[in-house]
Amino acid sequence: MLKTYNKIEKIKGSIAQVKAENVTLGELAHVRLKDGRSTLAEVISFNEDDVNLQIYQGTKGVSTGDQIKFLGRPMQVAMGDSLLGRVFNGSGDPIDNGPEIMENKIDIGGPSFNPSKRIIAKRMVKTNIPMIDMFNTLVISQKIPIFSVAGEPYNDLLARIASQTDADVIVLGGMGLKYDDYEFFRKYFSESGALEKTTMFIHTASDPVVECILVPDMTLAVAEQFAIQNKNVLVLLTDMTAFADAQKEISISMEMVPSNRGYPGSLYSDLASRYEKAVDIDGSGSITIIAVTTMPGNDVTHPVPDNTGYITEGQFYLNGGVINPFGSLSRLKQNVMGKATREDHGDLANAMIRLYADAKKARDRESMGFRLSEWDKKLIKYEELFEERIMSLEVNLDIIEQLDLGWEILAGCFDKNETGLKNEWINKFGKWDK
Amino acid sequence: MSVDNNTKGKIIAAQGNLMTVRFNGDVRQNELVYVKTEGISLKGEVIEINGDTAKVQVFEPTRGIKYGDEVVFDRELLSVELGPGLLKSVYDGLQNPLEDIAKEAGYFLPRGMYLSPLDKEVKWKFTPIAKPGDSVERASYLGSVPEAVIEHKIMVPFNFPGKGTIKEIKPAGEYTVLDEIAKIEDETGKVHSVTMTQKWPAKFPIRFGERLFPDKPLYTACRIIDGPFPVAKGGTFCTPGPFGAGKTVLQHQISKNAHAQVVVIVACGERAGEVVEVLREFPKLDDPQTGKKLMDRTTIICNTSSMPVAARESSIYVGTTIAEYYRQMGIDTLLLADSTSRWAQALREMSGRLEEIPGEEAFPAYLSSRIAEFYERAGVVLNKNGDAGSLTIGGSVSPAGGNFEEPVTQSTLAVVGCFLGLSRSRSDARRFPAIDPLISWSKYLDRFRDPKVESSGKRIDTIKMAQKNLVEGDEIGKKMSVVGEEGISMEDIITYLKGEFYDAVYLQQNAFDKVDTATDANRQQEQLDIVEMVLRKKYNFENRDAARKYFLNLTDKFIQWNYTAREVAEYKEQKVQILEMVKG
Ligand SMILES: Nc1ncnc2c1ncn2[C@@H]1O[C@H](COP(=O)(O)OP(=O)(O)O)[C@@H](O)[C@H]1O
Ligand SMILES: [Mg+2]
Repeated sequence: MLKTYNKIEKIKGSIAQVKAENVTLGELAHVRLKDGRSTLAEVISFNEDDVNLQIYQGTKGVSTGDQIKFLGRPMQVAMGDSLLGRVFNGSGDPIDNGPEIMENKIDIGGPSFNPSKRIIAKRMVKTNIPMIDMFNTLVISQKIPIFSVAGEPYNDLLARIASQTDADVIVLGGMGLKYDDYEFFRKYFSESGALEKTTMFIHTASDPVVECILVPDMTLAVAEQFAIQNKNVLVLLTDMTAFADAQKEISISMEMVPSNRGYPGSLYSDLASRYEKAVDIDGSGSITIIAVTTMPGNDVTHPVPDNTGYITEGQFYLNGGVINPFGSLSRLKQNVMGKATREDHGDLANAMIRLYADAKKARDRESMGFRLSEWDKKLIKYEELFEERIMSLEVNLDIIEQLDLGWEILAGCFDKNETGLKNEWINKFGKWDK
Repeated sequence: MSVDNNTKGKIIAAQGNLMTVRFNGDVRQNELVYVKTEGISLKGEVIEINGDTAKVQVFEPTRGIKYGDEVVFDRELLSVELGPGLLKSVYDGLQNPLEDIAKEAGYFLPRGMYLSPLDKEVKWKFTPIAKPGDSVERASYLGSVPEAVIEHKIMVPFNFPGKGTIKEIKPAGEYTVLDEIAKIEDETGKVHSVTMTQKWPAKFPIRFGERLFPDKPLYTACRIIDGPFPVAKGGTFCTPGPFGAGKTVLQHQISKNAHAQVVVIVACGERAGEVVEVLREFPKLDDPQTGKKLMDRTTIICNTSSMPVAARESSIYVGTTIAEYYRQMGIDTLLLADSTSRWAQALREMSGRLEEIPGEEAFPAYLSSRIAEFYERAGVVLNKNGDAGSLTIGGSVSPAGGNFEEPVTQSTLAVVGCFLGLSRSRSDARRFPAIDPLISWSKYLDRFRDPKVESSGKRIDTIKMAQKNLVEGDEIGKKMSVVGEEGISMEDIITYLKGEFYDAVYLQQNAFDKVDTATDANRQQEQLDIVEMVLRKKYNFENRDAARKYFLNLTDKFIQWNYTAREVAEYKEQKVQILEMVKG
């Protein structure tokens, strides 16, 4: 029996208060506005029969006489293969002119995975991007942010990863996106053929702020269902800073005491409960999460990137249009390097990064007007090749091809004994003339 | 207990995990309650009482709770079940056995499922220590059972009133934890039936006996700790550091190698994946001290970041209580908590909901006293049976922005005996463990100067000399980066290079090298002896390049030696080569 009420007592921020009976925490309500619009709302607290509802579309234009119907269930999302190729907003309504999907509804924000059922991550995610596969290998069930700033091509990078990886399903959660960004993803995926295996939940900057908060939960609930059904799911979230800012906005409007630069004290838990959905299920599928986190003022100690760094398993720094080889780190890479790839992987990657660091120093010497040694010249040649053939995000190569390309570049710049690599690898994989 | 058993309550308000409950009858502060909703019972704790209403924090997701839901009062405080079988167990923050939950419920953690922490069917081999007629009191030994790697003492329950007399005690044999093993008569003539298990409220310390001064080192096999910043058995230490600096790797290292008999690991609000590494590896890794598996001496309390925030606080107390229980048997125990900041954040969230006046960074005003109380539970205790046990506590701290000037780090520094500060600059430079030797300190170092053992004092003097060199070298290094090498005297360059050498070969240690990862005490001394020779030696070099080259070469050889197992032939050869370089 659904209960309907016609009297809103209070409206403030995104919250409306009604007097209602038998309403449960987290229950969903449907609000029909006099102006013809309608929105979902969620019970966030009650005091006796005073019930506080968070209105998903915001309270703008809500009237005290609008109709509120309690639905007797929490927020849910549809589930199944019919979601693939589809685009929804934060409330789960289709925004691609397709039909609404009603079947197989599941609650969002479900229980957390039992740690004792987890397994050690050891399967590689191939992205075919050398700056990831070769130097900071991504592992199935990893959660990793792309730390970047506005204006950098982080969405291009996400789209590229999504299109080049062999994931079974991709779920994209867009938060605070520009409409252009959304169009970009849609076009990119349909051109690359990834659209058929993709579901998108999109909140654009002009959409209500509450819907922004729902996007990760919707995205991850869908991902979890696919993962249980033996699918390897790649979740892409962009931009988690918009999510955190939405949390901030709402908590301030609810007069909660902020802890750090206006963000609520629960920011860490709010982020962690989402990121921790990443999992490799023993004998079944998996969830891997790559999440853009733009850093206000390019400051990594800002609360959003800072809390994120404590939660995720490493980070990629994207600046100047490339993944920076120095600050970036995949904390799980040692689980797969040389094991799921090829035996020379770890040593080759270390040597190449070391030489690249040396090359940067040679560049500094050059720019300071010092005379360059023969060695410096070799390093500078190496730097050019490295940036052009390895660092460019345009490169699309299998990991073995990447490793061979690495050896080829080394052979093109240095003598055999100058790389510091083990003879064993040089003899087996080196590209020098015998 | 004066609390009325018939207390009844119902939910009148709810927000997040905070419930307001109207009740009739008596309610105990911090009493456990169960909220009945949607056919399940959710555990919670009374945190505030006002007239006929109480504030209750529920430990689990509260979705579905409604006005009028029934609340049952338990009368007990949040308690830990103690007895044989704690070792090798993996519990959540409320002492639910996670593996049993998985057997019942599969992949996910269901709400409202509470299983027995100890296996009630397994039989333990009991040998009595006490005999009928013996006079006993709480914590007196009654008998013992072999558990994994230790002799688990069965003790008179800690809430036993006053003195008692043993009426009956079971003969040696196999019993479950629920079987009666003794009857004890108290001073009023009441006879108590005693089993091998008992409950104890998590927030009250178990400490029966005399507190002793912690003056023995807890050896960790980590050189930078055992050397300049040692930890005492029964002492406290903290490891604050920014993300990625190596707090968790360091804690795992310590949990594997520390010379404790029992280790309790509390994974508090951090990644589940990291606990999984412990869960999957420890049952396979050998414990060098006992020859058994590492898991045999370990209990894991796991409330990782996506598990209920409200149970984070209790996870720390549950872990501490278990560790104290073993200490009471005269055992050296170690409690490691990663990270105490997440516990502090849980306090902050609840304090915010209670609308308490916020302190710095919105943490509650009682933050420092809570932190102090927690570390105060460490210590050495000589029990009445004549055995001394210790509890050492190490907590990692995750300061916002990596800045140590924040309330959790500062409150912790005010109470611990040893500060191992991890720095971003050291982890970026891959100088692991990234404990910064210029900011860290240990109040224990001088305590270990044993007047009866001459070498103990000499070792401390050597370490202090090395640290002094390090500080001077660092000053010179800073100067060098401003004025360039030309402006620095040869003597200073050598001091600088000596400091770098000591840092590279002694303070740094590769956790991922199977030999270097743990260095036993003898080997540490062997290394330190050579380091001392180098640091004390008066060097004459032709020029700066020659000095640099010499130290580079020496450092390289030394590190290779660090990576060589003592059993292999090269070990001696490499040492000879190093000594030749130093003496030659
Ligand atoms: N002792 C060490 N030796 C080598 N590498 C280390 C060491 N400690 C940490 N690291 C590196 O630093 C990374 C982060 O360490 P971790 O302990 O997870 O940091 P934190 O807990 O401080 O965030 C590890 O994945 C590893 O690559
Ligand atoms: Mg950590």
